[in-house]
Amino acid sequence: MRIREVFRFALAGLRANKLRSALTTLGILIGVGAVILLVAVGKGSGAQVQANINKLGTNLLTVSRQAGGFGQRASRNTGTQSSVASLTTADAQALLDPTNAPDVLSSSPVVTASPTATFSGATHQIAQLVGSVPTYFSATNWELAEGSLISDDDVTQARKVIVIGQTVATDLFGTTDPVGRQLQINSVPYTVEGVLKAKGSTGLNDADDFAVAPLTTVQNSLTGFGSLNQIVVEAKSAAATTPAQDEITSILTARHHLAATASPDFRVLNQQSLLATSDSTTHTFTVLLGAVAAISLVVGGIGITNIMLVTVTERTREIGIRKALGAPRAAILGQFLIEAVLLSLIGGALGVIAGLVGTRFTVAGVKPVIVPASIALAFAVSALIGLFFGSFPANRAAKLHPIQALRHE
Amino acid sequence: MGGTAGAAGLDDLDDLGTTKLDLDAVPAHPVIELGEVHKTYGMDGTAVHALRGVSLSVPAGDYVAIMGASGSGKSTMMNIIGCLDVPTSGRYLLDGIEVEHLSDRQLALVRNRKIGFVFQSFNLLPRTTALDNVELPLVYAGVGTAERRRRARAALELVGLGDRVNHKPNELSGGQQQRVAVARALVTAPSLILADEPTGNLDSTSSADVMALFDRLHRAGRTIVLITHEHDIAEHAQRAIRLMDGRIVSDERNGARGWLSDRNSAQHGSAS
Repeated sequence: MRIREVFRFALAGLRANKLRSALTTLGILIGVGAVILLVAVGKGSGAQVQANINKLGTNLLTVSRQAGGFGQRASRNTGTQSSVASLTTADAQALLDPTNAPDVLSSSPVVTASPTATFSGATHQIAQLVGSVPTYFSATNWELAEGSLISDDDVTQARKVIVIGQTVATDLFGTTDPVGRQLQINSVPYTVEGVLKAKGSTGLNDADDFAVAPLTTVQNSLTGFGSLNQIVVEAKSAAATTPAQDEITSILTARHHLAATASPDFRVLNQQSLLATSDSTTHTFTVLLGAVAAISLVVGGIGITNIMLVTVTERTREIGIRKALGAPRAAILGQFLIEAVLLSLIGGALGVIAGLVGTRFTVAGVKPVIVPASIALAFAVSALIGLFFGSFPANRAAKLHPIQALRHE
Repeated sequence: MGGTAGAAGLDDLDDLGTTKLDLDAVPAHPVIELGEVHKTYGMDGTAVHALRGVSLSVPAGDYVAIMGASGSGKSTMMNIIGCLDVPTSGRYLLDGIEVEHLSDRQLALVRNRKIGFVFQSFNLLPRTTALDNVELPLVYAGVGTAERRRRARAALELVGLGDRVNHKPNELSGGQQQRVAVARALVTAPSLILADEPTGNLDSTSSADVMALFDRLHRAGRTIVLITHEHDIAEHAQRAIRLMDGRIVSDERNGARGWLSDRNSAQHGSAS
């Protein structure tokens, strides 16, 4: 007796009950499809977060103020310049020291404001107006769409020029070309030097509701000459971000006369470590989604057991006939096992197709990214599920005694 | 188709390839040889003694009817002769092979090669054509597709269903279904055709057809064992064995019509 014949019997068995076979297959289809789709969604959302972080600049470190030791609140309230709680332009300058900070490429002092800008009757509150220096653009991955960026001259001479983001440009100027025009911020006219390329939204915020003016100009007219909001540092490479972070910490600790044990009054945020964190977060997320999908795959497998048990009971007489005619135990076992494995394999194959089709759509705002390993895994697991969940009913069929099986009504 | 043509057709079916068991040993021995066979079901306390020492020898070419009321042990006897069950004690040689110590697998092989079953309820596979049903034992015997087709067709021709090969059981009458079952029983050219109440579910015309078929097979040299409780069916046989309470109470041989019913009534009178 050949395996081909057993295979033929198994196929005939499946065909005999098409609806039931289809429904059982559906269970596996949904399981496999869900694994592929959900893992892809997890991966997609991870990729999206990574892309958003990358938009901010990959080699980026941000130094910001942080509530440090005791008495800081009091000193801030009185407005006195104490030894704590401020970042200065000099701090930013000090980070450019090539001997103490060899891994730092650029260091840009940043002040921020959120003023209202007007242009011939149109008003727009800029979500973030940054006062900084030319190196800021490259550090934060901003690219110019038209016009020109802010120059060093603009900063030293505190020129009233501004570079605006796409949202500001469309809100204030509509269809008119903003380059060379003047917009008003707090009744102060600023000439638009350039327009930035769009970055798109980063989660909840519109990154393009944004403008940059020279540091000195913003300090003069909007924020005053107190502490900087941030120092944006660009490391020489992605790998250099960690040593750069250490260098920044030691330089600023020294400059701020902090004891080694005291909690620092500044904080250095490393974009790379942020990437790593978000990476592990989305990984957990993906695993979680995959686990949920895997459960549905197991449920589909139990469906196979269930249906195969029903099939074996229903076909007890057939099994008896086959045994009486000389079918060995292995042939009966093989027949029902192949039926179960075919059910799960067909379900698995259709599930792969369903999963692949599903990943072509945007799911909950996320563009899914197919993980090839998940396809192979889901398909292999579906085959194993057929073997595993089919072996119990098939074994029961093979063990039936021919006399009892023949008497079965 | 005549009896002689049928015999030639059957002889054609007589090569079945090699097997692990030496099933094709010299046929100098009886087809069935039962020696003091006992069969007990259940545990000591509630034991049911279905067979209490049955000895029987059926030579090749014999045509035997095993008769008995329900509970006489004839079903148990049929199961043991058919290798569907093994005796509790005693010897059983089927075509010279000692059956009582065979494994499950070997029993399956013996059933496949040595016995052709015909059941009361036909036991054809549903939703399966007559041809596929007849091919089934050949599939388990490992015969190739073309050869299988050829033999199954020949067997169906032999039972007069050459024009019904692609009909499914639900498209055939009871008599036709039983003839398909007979074709299935003889397609492997077995040493023994074992029929369990073959006409029990048939009307008289179909019964006559099927019995005529058995008679023809007998004339062609087949060994046939019929299990029945109907005298007029048993009359077709050359030999009648009566079972009662697990024992053989009579074993008679006669070929004349009416021999059984006469003896039966006479025996009934003496027994009661």
